[in-house]
Amino acid sequence: MVATTHEPGLKHAHFRTAGLPAMLLLPQLLILLFFFFIPSIRALFQAFLLADPFGATVHFVWFDNFTALFASESYRNSVWVTIWFTLAQNVVTIVVALVLAFATDRVVRFQSAYKGVILLPYAIAPVIAGVMWAFLFNPAVGPIAFFIKSLGIAWDPNRNGSDAMLLVVLAASWKHICYDYIFLVAGLLAIPGSLMEAAAVDGAGPVRRFAQIALPLLGPTLFFLTTMNFVYGFFETFAIIDAVTRGGPAGATNILVYKVYQDGFINLDLGSSAAQSVLLMAFALLLTLLQFKYIERKVNYSI
Amino acid sequence: MVERSPILTAICHLILIGGIILVCMPLYFAFIAGSLTMEEVQQVPMPWLPGGHFLENIATAWTKVDFGQLLVNSLIVAVGITIGKVAISLLSAFAITYFRFRFRILAFWLIFTSLMLPVEVRIVPTYEAVANAALPIQWLIDLLNIQGLWEWISGNRIEIALEWNMLNTYQGLILPLIASASATFLFRQFFLTVPEELLEAARLDGASAMRFFWTILLPLSRSNIIALSIILFLYGWNQYLWPLLFTTDKDMATAVIGVKHLIPRSDTEPAWNVAMSAALLAMLPPVLVVLVMQRWFVRGLVDSSK
Repeated sequence: MVATTHEPGLKHAHFRTAGLPAMLLLPQLLILLFFFFIPSIRALFQAFLLADPFGATVHFVWFDNFTALFASESYRNSVWVTIWFTLAQNVVTIVVALVLAFATDRVVRFQSAYKGVILLPYAIAPVIAGVMWAFLFNPAVGPIAFFIKSLGIAWDPNRNGSDAMLLVVLAASWKHICYDYIFLVAGLLAIPGSLMEAAAVDGAGPVRRFAQIALPLLGPTLFFLTTMNFVYGFFETFAIIDAVTRGGPAGATNILVYKVYQDGFINLDLGSSAAQSVLLMAFALLLTLLQFKYIERKVNYSI
Repeated sequence: MVERSPILTAICHLILIGGIILVCMPLYFAFIAGSLTMEEVQQVPMPWLPGGHFLENIATAWTKVDFGQLLVNSLIVAVGITIGKVAISLLSAFAITYFRFRFRILAFWLIFTSLMLPVEVRIVPTYEAVANAALPIQWLIDLLNIQGLWEWISGNRIEIALEWNMLNTYQGLILPLIASASATFLFRQFFLTVPEELLEAARLDGASAMRFFWTILLPLSRSNIIALSIILFLYGWNQYLWPLLFTTDKDMATAVIGVKHLIPRSDTEPAWNVAMSAALLAMLPPVLVVLVMQRWFVRGLVDSSK
């Protein structure tokens, strides 16, 4: 029963039963319907509704929730906080991961031991990573806070916004460096040895080879990792923020995802929370499209 | 390596040792704090060597938030998510690569779109969906105005209120997280590389579709399943936002949430020692998994992000 016309993503030898594939797909599609499509559409609806605090009356308000959002000081603050947070986290993560990957590529002894330890944070829950860093930098009991203060520098992430930001960036990066590291080590390993040897014969030293051959060849990987770091910073650092600062002090670390949660579950402003969700969804969509771009580029890249 | 340069190699070792210190420092201090008494942990500066009260602190955590139960919950949720995701992804990948049917491309895209939206962006409506899974049907009833219709027909007024509450249940913690586009795609990619001859041969021997799936495709996918399962186990164990919202009942929380409840806030006693010992205990199972199965773990991570 070989197909005459070839459909993409379908095996040449395949079945033509109609009922069975429907049964096979049913569990996945039901879960998606209940916990993905319906909630997403509902968020879209809610974003255009305004309910009074007791939920008794609901009005359709067009884009009022969105305009209120853009006008609100706290939302604009949250946008800036998110941008700074993800950018700083991205830079720290990529730079440290690159340096570590470069070093790992050059050593032979203990290589797998080094890798094993550096990968550990991946296994640790973000909230636990947050708790540990919150403890280290706790102004009352934290050993590192003590060290900073003994240098004569004022340190209090509970009161000072930039201290708090620094702390969440450190905690978030610590948790995510291992992810970038794995991909960069794999990327460096995939670079053909002949390229490096040719460059060495031409007199390029190890650092120059890294900068002028390895880095450009790692380009697609770096692009992919940057996108993934943004996804991580935007959507997966909720637990770190909740454990370390709870968005404070005075909104200094109130990233967008945390604000959705706060407005939806603590301030019970559903319309605004839904409008924020819709904007975040649009952004997530954008990041996914960027990821596709990576897949395309990867195809071109394979020589 | 192209040339020998002992100095650079030494520098690289130093860099890596620096990386290891960076990774281990929070863990080391967490261990010290977890092994001290509450008075000792508040000393400034804190001792640099562990004390002897680790088990004592664990015992305190055990009674304070019923940590044993929380670890059991974490295990159930993590294993449930892993098995659920692997199972539904395998089945749907099998359906979209091995069957020709009318809505194949549509099904493919429906699953694919879910890749685009992380759970975190639609917190509130998904919470509503889990708080009452019958709600979508209720919306439908309201939308069609069935109540008004009935009143018009029979003259009696009725209230239709459906409820199926999944808060504080294992299924509420597991089900919303098991749909997975990335796992489906991982298996799809793998199935596409399976030689065509296998199905043709199985057909000649008279095997049905499901028989082919069970006796040929599933055994072939074993290594993919293992690698993916590790990643999914870590994902399930380390979930935070879902359990936080869905478990108002303290006995249904997970270990990670338990640690969060133990963090001292300004108005509670500063029991950092208990919080840290619990944190170490809660991270132990996933850390062991990564250490013991490092090679599988790296493979699963790289594969599932493609």
